[in-house]
Amino acid sequence: MTTMQFGLFTVGDVTTDPTNGTTPTEHERIKNTITIAKKAEEIGLDVFATGEHHNPPFVPSSPTTTLAYIAAQTEKLILSTSTTLITTNDPVKIAEDYATLQHLSDGRMDLMLGRGNTAPVYPWFGYDGSRAVELTVEHYHLLRKLWDEEVVNWEGKFRTPLQGFTATPRPLDGVAPFVWHANIRTPEVAELAAYYGDGFFANNIFWPKEHYIRLIDFYRKRYAHYGHGEPEQAIVGLGGQFYIRKNSQDAVNEFRPYFDNAPVYGHGPSLEDFSSQTPLTVGSPQHFIEKTLAFADYFGDYQRQLFLVDHAGLPLKLVLEQLDELGEVLPTLRAEFDARRPANVPDAPTHASRVAAKLAEPVESAEEEVSA
Amino acid sequence: MSRIIAISSGLSDPSSTRMLADRLVESLGRQSGDVSVEVVSLRELAHDITDATLTGFAAPRLQDVIDKVVAADGLVVVTPIFKASYPGLFKSFIDALDADALTGKPVLLAATGGTARHSLAIDHTLRPLFAYLQALVVPTGVFASSYDWGTEGGDALGLRIDRATGELISLLKGAGTGRSRDDEFDLFSESFLAASNPDS
Repeated sequence: MTTMQFGLFTVGDVTTDPTNGTTPTEHERIKNTITIAKKAEEIGLDVFATGEHHNPPFVPSSPTTTLAYIAAQTEKLILSTSTTLITTNDPVKIAEDYATLQHLSDGRMDLMLGRGNTAPVYPWFGYDGSRAVELTVEHYHLLRKLWDEEVVNWEGKFRTPLQGFTATPRPLDGVAPFVWHANIRTPEVAELAAYYGDGFFANNIFWPKEHYIRLIDFYRKRYAHYGHGEPEQAIVGLGGQFYIRKNSQDAVNEFRPYFDNAPVYGHGPSLEDFSSQTPLTVGSPQHFIEKTLAFADYFGDYQRQLFLVDHAGLPLKLVLEQLDELGEVLPTLRAEFDARRPANVPDAPTHASRVAAKLAEPVESAEEEVSA
Repeated sequence: MSRIIAISSGLSDPSSTRMLADRLVESLGRQSGDVSVEVVSLRELAHDITDATLTGFAAPRLQDVIDKVVAADGLVVVTPIFKASYPGLFKSFIDALDADALTGKPVLLAATGGTARHSLAIDHTLRPLFAYLQALVVPTGVFASSYDWGTEGGDALGLRIDRATGELISLLKGAGTGRSRDDEFDLFSESFLAASNPDS
């Protein structure tokens, strides 16, 4: 088993290719997502994560449908999300949907919770966006109970109470899916992740690294505070973004039109400025390896590295070519990260490792769980 | 001992403006044993204020209040927001003051309104007025909407009140606003405590 996980995360945007004006249909975009996920397994990646959105120009409104479909066509790939909206989804439905996915994929899944960044989604689903943090905290406490406790009696501020409720199916092997908390600005979410000993993910794209360092350091400190281990043993995931070619000038020339017109940062800073100020890497494989390895210098040794590749209108052909490029450097990245990792930094959690950990627990606590 | 006058220009009785004034007075007393606060309600002076706008001079009862305001070490000003601004009665009271009456005086600005949509009225209407008067206004303005008086508002209003009164007290002590950019997260805020309390 690999010590560190590498993978892809997709936003699922339908964006016009600025070089020729073509726009994929929703059908094409959804099918392309499946092709990209299967390619991820083919080149040796460990994880594929899809976003969740409920408005155009995004297609992934039903992540577990897509992930189950991918799970059926892959063998090793871990399916995840980037992110599952803990604010506007009913925690009961999250518990049910993702436990079902866990069974169907034989434990090859986890999920990453986030608050979303589209303000109108809150009223569309009957919530008040100004209470996003409160919603996140209450919904997540409930989600944990639904998975960790057989029978749930619960009352909160945002959802109708539950009396004698059992979420089905029960988690596979009695071990709930591992949860990552994606966060780029809310310390309460880092606190929540630290309290439960869950993973913490910083998307690490679009902004300078300094922005993410503060929250990751805080999460590590609080993870230790709650007795899960030393700060350097906390479970950290990072995003990243690249475009690589053997000849670095080819990478710059090919990616520039996509960069210049990209949603989020297009029509803003130059590709050169943005690459020097943020984790975006556009250039040679060697440059990519060096810049990615440096993440561990800034954020500490970490467990999961996901890359955003299929965005900004990049056509499927270029996405698959970029994945071939990634596949070629992947063994080097793995070896270099493993070489620098201290022995006390844990591996990325998997279903198998979590089941093993549960079996290793003292008998008393196992009995407590059964009777809880 | 610093003498502070709290001016409430709420027009109804009881009024949420007066409630906000009382909360501010309570907070001042709790945070400093070195202040005395007197609350003045403009509603009770409405006729005198109107008279003053017509006659050009203040009747004795109004003049007495004006003298207290001018002599105070600091002011707490609380007004409702009507039609995007402070009501005419409030402005007429200010008009009754000499042009230099508030020069250099530390002032805390607070306002009430039906919804939070009016909250920037403090910065867009009250602050320019007190800038003209050359008063020294504390950075935190305290706005309370109807929402803040319900339980669903949590204690966000209380936090704003304490921050603003803390600034005023610090200013009176000659220690600036006593604030700088926070570099630490507030681990004892309600939302933080909730994160580690599954049964909250």
